[in-house]
Amino acid sequence: MKRNLMMAFESSCDETSVAIIENGAKILSNVVATQIKSHKRFGGVVPEVASRHHIEEITICIRDAMQEANVTYDDLDAVAVTYGPGLVGALLIGVTAAKMVAWAHQLPLIPVNHLAGHIYAARFVEPIEFPALALVVSGGHTELVYMPKEGEFQIIGETRDDAAGEAYDKVGRVMGINYPAGPTVDAMAAKGNDTFDFPRAMDKDANYDFSFSGLKSAFINTYHHAEQVGNKLNHDDLATSFQNAVVDVLVDKTLRALKNYPVKQLILAGGVAANNGLRTRLSAAIDQLPATQLIMAPRKLCGDNAAMIGAAGYVLFKEGHFAGLDLNADPSLEFDWAPDVIQ
Amino acid sequence: MKVLALDASNRPLSIAVLEDRQILATTTTTTHQKHAQFLLPIIDGLMKDCGLKPADLDRVVVAYGPGSYTGIRIATATAKVLAFTLGIQLVGVSSLQTLALNFTRERQLISPMFDARNQNLFAGLYRIKDGKPTVVIPDQHVELSRWLTKLASYKDESIIGVGDADHFPDQLPANFTMAENLNKLPQAANLGLFGQTLPAVQDIDSFVPNYLRLTKAEADWQKLHPEEDSSSYVEKV
Repeated sequence: MKRNLMMAFESSCDETSVAIIENGAKILSNVVATQIKSHKRFGGVVPEVASRHHIEEITICIRDAMQEANVTYDDLDAVAVTYGPGLVGALLIGVTAAKMVAWAHQLPLIPVNHLAGHIYAARFVEPIEFPALALVVSGGHTELVYMPKEGEFQIIGETRDDAAGEAYDKVGRVMGINYPAGPTVDAMAAKGNDTFDFPRAMDKDANYDFSFSGLKSAFINTYHHAEQVGNKLNHDDLATSFQNAVVDVLVDKTLRALKNYPVKQLILAGGVAANNGLRTRLSAAIDQLPATQLIMAPRKLCGDNAAMIGAAGYVLFKEGHFAGLDLNADPSLEFDWAPDVIQ
Repeated sequence: MKVLALDASNRPLSIAVLEDRQILATTTTTTHQKHAQFLLPIIDGLMKDCGLKPADLDRVVVAYGPGSYTGIRIATATAKVLAFTLGIQLVGVSSLQTLALNFTRERQLISPMFDARNQNLFAGLYRIKDGKPTVVIPDQHVELSRWLTKLASYKDESIIGVGDADHFPDQLPANFTMAENLNKLPQAANLGLFGQTLPAVQDIDSFVPNYLRLTKAEADWQKLHPEEDSSSYVEKV
């Protein structure tokens, strides 16, 4: 069988990425140009700045991806692109670039949901078997997604306020850690003790939803109160206490979901899936469930990248799910909720 | 030479396909500002009407700013990636100069302007010389009152106001006349003709919209860190 080669684009936030993927499963190249250094200056992603960087990088990324993969346009079978969710101006650069490459070389254009991409980063570990459940945790999203079969995504629970990664950035800022704070807080958490006993919001509720804004406020109040009375709190202990509260709820809710949704595989994906505390705790928990296999997205593919878009795009390619030339960015794109959430 | 020309700088969207000096097909719409959605279907339709395939193109000419940040970014990304992926020539033309291309009377002064809100403009002053608009005062982001001061030394000549000039009917001096009808709109056909006379961009990778204005975050940062080199904020990982 002739191999399928796909060029994939991702530009939903602050990474410009172009990848060449073979049969949705093998990475021939995955070029990622990150703008973190730029947005660090502002303490977070500034949308207009992000859009400007994307258009500076886009052709460089295409060229590098093709050279690293050693392919020409004649070798390509399709072009896939993230069209949402994300920052609209940022998404538009990837969408426009993908449309022009597809149009210029008469290739099918495949519209990919960014979160489907995150989930399919796990595809590079091994093939996804259905039914499956995905815990997607990032700076913009925290949700449990049930996948009854290939290409079907149903939300069964999500955050009611802040995303987990967002909470990391906010408590990080209070401790003087620059955006993105996740990796630093994770490293500090490994050294401290859980002495603050922060709230585990909604942990006992009979649903699969999350809430992290109360935890964030408790953290900030504790910190500021100590400052006012002249107490210096141990930052490592703060980090451990915060991270334990986040991980406890993520793991508890995921286990609750697995009880009602017996699946072959549990997938951990999204930027916060690179968190060591979460990976360790989830692995230990799943060891108790022999019927469910845990697949964690490779650390290198947890952040935004185009390889994962190529993997998710290949599923749509096989179904013949193509976009028209009028494809637009959809900044608030989301999966549908499951028709009946089993609680 | 087969040329695709496009302008999506503001609400009007204008696209043309040319072969040398002949305008093969052109479309200009003002009905919406969903350029990301409508631009490529219109390009594709015009090209098909002309019996051309994308690979037949030799050059892309784009109005690359100033204008709506999103608009000029969509147009510039479209032209940049198309030229890059087909290995063809790319030419950028000022979006203000593009409007001045609608006028041909020798020595006529033209002041294209875009409303940048709060009594600010993107504006330039052009004079027709040998049939083409040449720069008298370069494009800039400027307060309306400052712009009118700059134009004061031309008070004995007539100036054509085009673009959003009609947003300021009571503030423009008596020597202004407003562009009318088709002349009010950017014409990609004129852009395509003019773009054939210009040298192509040498380094397509570094071709970006001509915003003429820093983002607020960037401007504030530079004020606080005047010594910082801002050239290497994006890293390949």
